[in-house]
Amino acid sequence: MANLSIRKLKKSYGDTPVIKGVDIEINDGEFVVFVGPSGCGKSTLLRMIAGLEDITDGELEIGGHVVNELEPKDRKIAMVFQSYAIFPHMTVRENMAFGLTIAKASQEEKESKVNEAARILKMEHLLDRRPSQLSGGQRQRVAIGRAIVRQPSVFLFDEPLSNLDAALRMDMRMEISKLHKQLDATMIYVTHDQVEAMTLADKIVVLKDGEVQQIGAPMDLYHNPVNKFVAGFLGSPSMNFIEVRVNAVREGEVEVQSNSLDPIWIPSTIDAPTIGEQLSLGLRPQYLTLCTDTHEGKLHGKVVITERLGTETVVDLSLKDESRIIASVAEDAIFAEDQEVSLTFDPTQAHLFRDVRKSNS
Amino acid sequence: MAVANPDDRGLRLFVRYLVLTLIALIFIFPLVFMVMSSLKPDLQLLTDTNSLRAFLPVGDISFENYFAAFERAPVGLFVFNSVFVTGLTVILSLAVCSLAAFSFVFLNWKGRDLMLTVILATLIVPFETIAIPLLLIASKLPWLDFDGLTLGWLNTYRVQIIPFIADGLTVFLFVQYFKDLPRELIEAARVEGATWFQIFRRVVMPLSGPVIATAAILKFLAMYNQYLWPLMVVQEETYRPVMVGLQYFFQLNRAWGEIMAYLSLITLPVLAFYLYLQKAFIASIASTGVKG
Repeated sequence: MANLSIRKLKKSYGDTPVIKGVDIEINDGEFVVFVGPSGCGKSTLLRMIAGLEDITDGELEIGGHVVNELEPKDRKIAMVFQSYAIFPHMTVRENMAFGLTIAKASQEEKESKVNEAARILKMEHLLDRRPSQLSGGQRQRVAIGRAIVRQPSVFLFDEPLSNLDAALRMDMRMEISKLHKQLDATMIYVTHDQVEAMTLADKIVVLKDGEVQQIGAPMDLYHNPVNKFVAGFLGSPSMNFIEVRVNAVREGEVEVQSNSLDPIWIPSTIDAPTIGEQLSLGLRPQYLTLCTDTHEGKLHGKVVITERLGTETVVDLSLKDESRIIASVAEDAIFAEDQEVSLTFDPTQAHLFRDVRKSNS
Repeated sequence: MAVANPDDRGLRLFVRYLVLTLIALIFIFPLVFMVMSSLKPDLQLLTDTNSLRAFLPVGDISFENYFAAFERAPVGLFVFNSVFVTGLTVILSLAVCSLAAFSFVFLNWKGRDLMLTVILATLIVPFETIAIPLLLIASKLPWLDFDGLTLGWLNTYRVQIIPFIADGLTVFLFVQYFKDLPRELIEAARVEGATWFQIFRRVVMPLSGPVIATAAILKFLAMYNQYLWPLMVVQEETYRPVMVGLQYFFQLNRAWGEIMAYLSLITLPVLAFYLYLQKAFIASIASTGVKG
């Protein structure tokens, strides 16, 4: 087991920087998830930790040792790949024992470690099969088993569930979570799926364009996102953003307004707002409430599309100023197309952001 | 698509088999003619060519021609020479060229792309253009063995083997195949602690059955059919391969039955090798044709 320090880590391909100075501290036994849209550099960062990509600049420390120049095998890591990367010409047993075979371990050691890993993953009955005889979920389990056998200080997962179907993904997600508790190992997990990030992580690192946007516990990030990107990335459906103008300012609160939003006082989450300033108001769909009286609400618009998901109903609304927002309401709500509605929300659940320009990012 | 009625399907199957049988017959006729003729005395052989009897084992059938062929020339020795030279070249070539391709695809080194380009460029140089310079070099090369240092490689096995071990086509085949192997398999092996050579031996080569079979068949055919080079570098019967032997055999006396017997004999190793690899080829596709 080990802690991990990433200090000012940089990576460029030629003149193109892909990781632009990343600092992350990961404690021993922590489950950290790197999350971000495709191309944000999360996989590259993981591969740099694994030693599969060179580090252009900065320092990577695993268990107190700088490992920048070490070969992957000397970093005490194990990695699980998106495509499983299990060897098709070997049985499950041979696959899991591969590292030990390479290290010339004794037959007994191999036997006991492989059996132990197989027991943890409940796949003792699959040991003599070939990968071609396994389902996707079973193959991924073999890959995880191969990682367990190595008894690494740090487990690295590179989008391990993206090739699985939805139901299986949920099962495996829970298994990985269980595994983390059972092994008490440091794990770094890369995904673009915010549900995986929210459910698995002790700590989430949100990345965009090779830069860390925010690091923190899942609920902390969900409730206190530092910028619009983090706010919009975590949570499903995504947060709504409405462009508003500051009407008035008082201690810790601002009054904002727009064409479709009646004036409302909101706790200020930004420094020194000024009157007349344009801001982005972030509202999570779940915190929007429909009003029975159309004049009672703060936001006014028309229903465009309704999606009934069973557990909830997602309503796509067009506001007065043509902007669109999404509200997630009770499962049995029924709406007609073009129906006039008004919405209200709890001001303490609203977020204010300054970067108005990037309202669609 | 409309549902085909059973009669239609039967008819279509019949036509398909008919066409395939015809094609098979066209390909097998020369072989059947060769083998059948090798069993007949010369006179009957020539009269039979007027009719379908040429393809049938009828009339005066015996293995006389084979005995005669063996008596007339050291056919066994020629076949051994060819099989030995070809076999050794194929094995060494697969080893050397796959290693080269591995370094071109998986390792990073300066000048790698340029080197690969140069090797691939050799593919467009016909052997005939380099035959004479190669002969001059081979005639002067030194060799160290139990008899001490000797100069000149003419009239040896090695002059027929060594120049053909490294070969652009084989490197090219391996490079193309290795490029398509999933990168993550190689990376997984690296993380697991394998050295580059271990990755080559334990991961890459076991997954390369199809390309090994393809490269081996192509190399085998090219080597077994060598004519110009051995004709230039081998004058002694001891090291003479089959194709040069055929020419020699032909010149002695035009006894068609015996020539057919000789041809039948030298075709056997090719057929055997091909059939063997065909099986390996299918087996390797069956085992690696899974998405990892």
